[in-house]
Amino acid sequence: MSRQAGRGTESKKMSSELFTLTYGALVTQLCKDYENDEDVNKQLDKMGYNIGVRLIEDFLARSNVGRCHDFRETADVIAKVAFKMYLGITPSITNWSPAGDEFSLILENNPLVDFVELPDNHSSLIYSNLLCGVLRGALEMVQMAVDVKFVQDTLKGDGVTEIRMKFVKRIEDNLPAGEE
Amino acid sequence: MTVHNLYLFDRNGVCLHYSEWHRKKQAGISKEEEFKLMYGMLFSMRSFVGKMSPVDMKDGFLAFQTSKYKLHYYETPSGLKVVMNTDLGVGNIRDVLHQIYSNIYVEFVVKNPLCSMSEPIQSELFRAKLDGFIRGLPFFSARAG
Repeated sequence: MSRQAGRGTESKKMSSELFTLTYGALVTQLCKDYENDEDVNKQLDKMGYNIGVRLIEDFLARSNVGRCHDFRETADVIAKVAFKMYLGITPSITNWSPAGDEFSLILENNPLVDFVELPDNHSSLIYSNLLCGVLRGALEMVQMAVDVKFVQDTLKGDGVTEIRMKFVKRIEDNLPAGEE
Repeated sequence: MTVHNLYLFDRNGVCLHYSEWHRKKQAGISKEEEFKLMYGMLFSMRSFVGKMSPVDMKDGFLAFQTSKYKLHYYETPSGLKVVMNTDLGVGNIRDVLHQIYSNIYVEFVVKNPLCSMSEPIQSELFRAKLDGFIRGLPFFSARAG
């Protein structure tokens, strides 16, 4: 994407196949670079985190949503605005915990896995783990520490893809060190 | 109407960027000192107005003015703070500060992988765009003082 054309608030169209295949190439390369699946999962999460901390700024600039008042509102914004904006899908929100601090995002179809079939020797690979990192990184920048993980994955034979998000704590901002 | 200066702070109080246009008198302290004082004041002001608010606050504090200048404040949910000092003739410029954030900071700093997000901004492109944007504002006047 060229920098000059990237400005403005309208979302840019790009081929979803190109996107899906690029992500596939990335995961494939990671599988070559790392011995076991756990390391690949960790690496994907880390990359996602680094994407998330920057993506949140783009999101805030483009969507004009303000600070959320509770976790339910956050869930709504993630599913209806953020996923729609960046992946073109709207996951449904279900399985709220009684305390209201945990919920699931159900992805009917995950655009990242359009052409993917997990080979037998990568049974513990969490293919779309990047998403978890993105969510964690983005929310951390708006003062929310969350736990994000996949609990169901169509790649592993489940009917749907389910991402579980758990609210851990609010990150309070502090004065810079050395000042009172 | 005129613009005096502009500060950009990150969530940790680091001054990412400072530039000035019509500022006839300096504070008489080092810039580092000035940034610290400014951030400290914003921080206290923010928590103070939050505590005093009779209802749940939405945007926090927006601006304050003295008999000589007006300080405009804009904070994103991610904690980036844009502070602009102008003279008294300037009204509400929240949307202008939001544009600085969304059209300049996000485009030329956040989307530039070589720009660190927690250190003062070195990018010349960013400086040039920001300067051009400020000079193009309807209330930026070259001869006013």
